[in-house]
This record gives sequence, structure tokens and C-alpha cells, in this order.
Amino acid sequence: MSRDSEEAGPACSIAPLGPDGELGCIEPLVAMRDIRKAFGPVEVLHGVDFDVQPGEVCALAGENGAGKSTLIKILSGVYDDFSGALTVCGKPQHFAHPIEAARAGIATIHQELSLVPSMSVADNLFLGREMTGRFGFIEFESQEAEAKRILENLELDVTPRTLVEDLPLSIQQLLEIGRALARDASVLVLDEPTSALNEHEAGILFNRIVALRSEGKAIIYITHKMEEIYTLADRITVLRDGKLVGTALTRELAPDELVKWMVGRDVVAEAAERQDLQEEPALEVSDLFVAHREGAGKFIVDGISFTLRRGEILGLAGLQGSGTSEVMHGLFGALGTRVTGRVRLLGDEFEIHCPSESVRRGLVLLTNDRKTSGLAPDLSVVENASLASLSRYSSRFGWIRRSKEVEAVRRLTEEFGLNAPSLHAPVSTLSGGNQQKVYLARWLMTEPKVLLLDEPTRGVDIGAKTDVYGLMRDWVSRGMSILLITSEMEELLALCDRVLVMFKGHLAAEFMRDAVTKDDVLSASMGHLSPIKDAVEGETS
Amino acid sequence: MIIIGCLFNADGSFFRWSVHRDMLRQVSVFGILACGMTVVIITAGIDLSVSSVLALGAVFFAWFTLPLGWPAVYAIPAVLAIGLGLGSVSGFLVARMRIQPFIVTLAMMVFARGFAKVVSGGQKVTNYVMQPDGSAELIEHSPIFSLIDSRILGGNISVVTIIFAVCVFVTWVVLARLRLGRHIYAVGSNEEAARLSGVPVRRTLISAYAISGLLAAVAGICQAAQETQGDPETGSAYELDAIAMVVIGGTTLAGGKGSVVLTLIGVLTIGYLQKILSLNAAPEATRLMLTGAIIVCAVMFQKGKR
Repeated sequence: MSRDSEEAGPACSIAPLGPDGELGCIEPLVAMRDIRKAFGPVEVLHGVDFDVQPGEVCALAGENGAGKSTLIKILSGVYDDFSGALTVCGKPQHFAHPIEAARAGIATIHQELSLVPSMSVADNLFLGREMTGRFGFIEFESQEAEAKRILENLELDVTPRTLVEDLPLSIQQLLEIGRALARDASVLVLDEPTSALNEHEAGILFNRIVALRSEGKAIIYITHKMEEIYTLADRITVLRDGKLVGTALTRELAPDELVKWMVGRDVVAEAAERQDLQEEPALEVSDLFVAHREGAGKFIVDGISFTLRRGEILGLAGLQGSGTSEVMHGLFGALGTRVTGRVRLLGDEFEIHCPSESVRRGLVLLTNDRKTSGLAPDLSVVENASLASLSRYSSRFGWIRRSKEVEAVRRLTEEFGLNAPSLHAPVSTLSGGNQQKVYLARWLMTEPKVLLLDEPTRGVDIGAKTDVYGLMRDWVSRGMSILLITSEMEELLALCDRVLVMFKGHLAAEFMRDAVTKDDVLSASMGHLSPIKDAVEGETS
Repeated sequence: MIIIGCLFNADGSFFRWSVHRDMLRQVSVFGILACGMTVVIITAGIDLSVSSVLALGAVFFAWFTLPLGWPAVYAIPAVLAIGLGLGSVSGFLVARMRIQPFIVTLAMMVFARGFAKVVSGGQKVTNYVMQPDGSAELIEHSPIFSLIDSRILGGNISVVTIIFAVCVFVTWVVLARLRLGRHIYAVGSNEEAARLSGVPVRRTLISAYAISGLLAAVAGICQAAQETQGDPETGSAYELDAIAMVVIGGTTLAGGKGSVVLTLIGVLTIGYLQKILSLNAAPEATRLMLTGAIIVCAVMFQKGKR
């Protein structure tokens, strides 16, 4: 443990870079050499070298299971049983505990938020390093003042006394970064920080990252999104199967080359040809209203009507808070009495009632968070996959026909290309992409007519993403229909036959597949039908 | 545990079947409670009311059979229905009113104990019955009492142990083979995911608490038979033993994991521990301290395995 006082500043001083930010000539802030790490008998990192310079954003890329998280967990002190050399600011280190890494100036922001929901913003910012007076009492006023400064710095319109649970997820994500900054970190590790953010919020985050880079901080950025790598990173380091594939300056590594590095083969992510759509409607929605959680006559979804045709992939775009997710949850019956509207499913009147009834009628919802509302982590692959269709595999008295059940899951997961140690292993032992396949399998096993998919590729690596795209195209060609929400614009444009854009609970625009650009969707989702530049200016003025 | 028993066999008495038979008889009532407790704990809940429901069941059983003179074929279903009903009420409050299981079953624990005292008038219900004219009369004991408290198969196994084994088997079928069991695990592991998958969450929760109440009533009948009376004070703090047995087995309080087979291991662990210590003439105080230590060790062992 460090013998420094609690208020010790950054573990080393950093000389700010010149305006051109020349790289490679300074001593690296973090240097990892020949890092090896094994879980039991299985070695997952086979001698990886990794450097970050001060004043640099280094993207760490690779598919799920490539070893990115393991490497980061070694750097942040989560794992201490590794071999190899770790140097921070020129000093050899071997962190035995995350606190030691934090004291050395390394702040890691994991995908899962580590805020305490029932505590205020200020309390969270200073959690574990409270400002205390002489007798150990917390000095709330100075803490609040300091919190205010941090929030202003982050351009967040939040008061320090707000409870974290009352804030949207995106703001919480920014707070998490604020907390790291409040600790005077010199190395910032961001693990998929934008997975819960919309484009606008991601923009705020990117601005902050650029500012931090110019302050001389080193930033390690992990993401699956190509556009983010090319917007932000100065340098890209790619891991595959626990080995270093290479590192290159971003401007010298073309995107398709990067994908080849990551996957080890060429990936074609083109928009497939679609046959002509059937005109037959699958889901007709008219005057759908979803009341605000607090009621008070406010509506998150404020009267929208649309039709999803058979065999169609219909995109539903919109910023966080525009009501897209609520449309899906509302239709599925997950929001209870907050929802009103008339719905017809394959021509039949459909009363929005409750999830079990919707599943029975063939309308299913894949939520955007498989961890909290998707999978049951302790249950096995089979048990998770068959959860929604159990009545098909059990007798009238509820006796489960296990061999039939396992057989059905095996057939479907083989078709999905699921990679699991065993179908009877807890689903939590699978990688993110494979978990998502199990979640998708659950719904396919119910033989649905209409799939509501909310971010079906969130937190999924490129290989699995391509698989999911292929599956979705296969389903619609078999006559199912998909309503799709995705925060990845490329995905939206490549997959959807039509795109609806929501803004503040209303439908703002509708685009056909061949006549839509990214800018169109973005500006419509910000409430403008003009080019995107005007939209941004309009918002700041 | 059995190996320890062989080492500390107290001059060979551990090798006598009668020791094992008695141990099994002694843990049976606790074991029956632990079966129900397992079901509730897998839903990420807890049932503190089992001890009081047991007492209520014992009192009702004694009251039905002795002063009222009902035959066992009416008395037993009636007592089981009472247990099922009280469990369902707890389940309803947890599932529908969204009150925390700890609070609900704590309230039920107090309520059922009070109810037992009302029914029994604060007295033990025995075969010494007050007549309407104020005189007390000793009536004949119902044969069901001695039947439950007897041994069968040549005196080699107690009837209560058979009842316990049946409870384990039935609970195992429910948890491992029925759709309800799958739903119980799913709700305990991730309630929101279960709800959005069309699992009838409320019905599942109510069923879990109803099973626990039902098994508590079964335990109550056994307890009454063993004590040959309905004591409203009986079984106090039994719920803690039941929880300890479930936890030692390896079922986690967080829900979603565990099984009744593990609970059986927990029941036998505690049973043998107590037996070995008493064979070796260890004082009660030592037994309690060792039980505490074993709970912690068992949980640490589970953690280490993961």
C-alpha cells in the first residue's frame, strides 16, 4: 500500500505535448512487456506487448475473447497472477489490488457502471475519497462545490444533490468518467464507454477525450465500433486469440485492413440484395401512447402509428429519450397500463396485455440489456434458450420432456453457430456474442411472427455481429418481420428496408432504403429535417 | 462428515445402525422445513414463518384429532390446507404487493404464532380434554400419533424419516422436472428477464411460498406426533436451522442456484455433526459453536469452488 497521504496527486508529472502532439519520442506512460496470464491450465495471453504514450488515444481492438479485457484487468490491478513486466511512468509495478493501480494514476471505467444508484452525484464522485475535516466528518459543502466544478467541466447540466438513480444511463456514464478525472488519473481506460450513449452524448464524451488528450493524459479506448476508432484514436493496437497482431498509427491502417487484423480473415459487411417486399401487413399500430413513468399527463410515446409488413426489417431510429425503446416495450406489454393504442397482428385484433400473452401470440421483444432484462445468468444455455417456449416441451401437467428440449436447443444453436463449452454450462460463462445468440435463440424457439429487436448487436464482437445480420436476413426471408433499434448507423442503413425516425415521442420522418443517408437520419432524430450542421448550431445557440 | 464419525466413533457406537436411525429421526422435521426453504431461497426470497406455521399445524392437528375427534383422513388434509393457505398469503404479499420477503414472512411468523395460541387458548392441546360441564377427562389418544412416531421395516427406520424422504423427492421433482421448477430458478436468477420471457412471475412466487407453507404443515403434523400434543410454543427458531441447512448445502441466498439434493447434504451434515458431538459427550455449547463455524466454512468452500 502506498504510504502517501490520501490526497496524493498524480503518481508522476506529465509534460504536456506540443500542439502537434508528436508521438513515439517520449517514454511511454504505460509499458507492458511479454505479458502472460493463465486461467488454471489455459493460457489466455501469450506474451503481449502494449504501450501507451502520454497525450495519446490508443484504441485496443480485437474480437471478444481476444484478451483485451484480461490485459486491461492486469493493468488495473484486478488480476495479479501474471508474468511479464508492467511499467507505469518508468517505475516497474505489479499491482496486487485495484486500489494500488488507482493510486498509481490508472483509472478504469468498465462497461458495467460502478455508481451507487441511491446516493447523490456528489457523494458518488467522492466515494472512497471523501473530503473529511479534522474529526473525520464529511465536509459536504466543499464536496458539493468541487462536484459542481467537475460537472461544469464535463458540460453536464446536473446538480450535485441529484440522486444517480434519477439520471439517464448516458449521464451516469459521463459521471463515471468525471469520477475518474476527479482522482487525477494520468491513464484513463475506457471499456466500451458509448455502448449506452446516443450519438449526441457520445459527441460530448469524444470532446472530453480530446481535451484530456491535449492535457497529456494517456487514454486506452476499447470499442467494437469502427467509426469511433477512426474518429478518436491516434494509434490502434490489435489483439487476436491472446496474441498481439500489431500496432499502427490510425492514419496508416485502413479500416478493412483493421478488420482483417481483428478477425484474421476478410469480412464482407455489404447490404445484401433483398427481394420484393410483400405488401401484407404483419403489425399495424395506430395511436400508440406510452405515459411517462411519473404520469402527470406526459407521454414518452405521444401517439404514433405505423405498419410493419411481412418480411420487412423496419428500423426505428431516435436519440435516447425519444421513445424508441418504449415503443417496443409498450407493444410487448411490458409497461402495463401505461400503454394505450390499437394494434393488429397479422390482421387480427391484438390487445396489449402482458409479455406472456404477447409471446403466445407471436410478438417477442429482445431488450437492449441482456444482463439485466435478458438472460438468467445462473441457468444453463438450454434452460435460458427454452425459457419462453417451455410449454412446447412439457406435458399438460408441467412435466418437462428434457430430451426433446435439449434436442431442439441443440439444433437451433448449431444453426446459430453458438460456441459454448457445453449446453448445460451456466450462460454467464459464455462470451458476450454467444450470450446474445442464446438470447436470440430463446425467441426463435417460440416461432414468433414479429420480432422487436432493441440493439441486437450491443456488446457483440464483429464475427458474431455478422452472424446476427445473417440470421436476421434469414428470418425475414422466412416470413418473419423485424422492428429494429440500433445505435450503429451503418447497421441501420445496411439492414433496414425502411427507417422511421422518432423525435420526442413523435414520428419525425420516414425514409425508404434507397433514399436515406446517415445525415438524414441524424438530423431528423434531432428534430430538424435540414442538414446536420444546422441542427448542431441550432442546439448550441 | 461420515469419515469424521468413523474417527470419533465413541467406542464403536457410531457403527450401530440405531445411531443413524435416531439421527435421521431427529433431523426429519428440520429437513422437511429445509425442503420448503430451499424452494423459497431459490426464488431469491426467504421464509421466516416456517417455524410458526409448524406450530400452528401441530396445534390444529392435535385440536382436530383430540378434542374434536376427527379421523386422520380429515385432519391431515385440513392441516395441510391451512399451511398451504398461509404460504399462499405470504406469496401473495411478496408477489403482488411487492413487499420484501423478509418483512412479509417475519409478519407471518408473528401472526401464525399468535394464531396458534388463539386456537389452543394458550395451552398445550393434549388428550386431557375439558368437557362442557367444566370437568376434565382423559380421552383415548388418536392412533395416528403413534403411527407417525413409530418405526417400520423391522424397526429400522422411523416413519417421520420416510415422510422426510418423500418430501425431498417431491421437492426434487418440482424443482428439477416440472415447468414450475424451471420458472422458480428463472425468477430467482433474473426476475425481470423471466417476466419478459412470459414466465408467470407472480404465480411462480406464490407457488414457492405455498410449497414452503405446505411442507411446514407436514412438519407440524410430525412434530405433534412426536410430542404427542399440540404445543403452540413448539419449533421456535427452527427457521434458522432450516436456513442453515440450505446454506450449508450450497444454495445461495442470492437465488437462482441450488437444489434440494444439496439441501439434503446440508441436513445430513448438521445431523451427523450433532450426533457425533453428542456421542462424544460434547456439551451443547460446543455443538452450537461448531455449527456456527461449519456454516461459515461451508459457504467459504462454495466460494472457493467457484
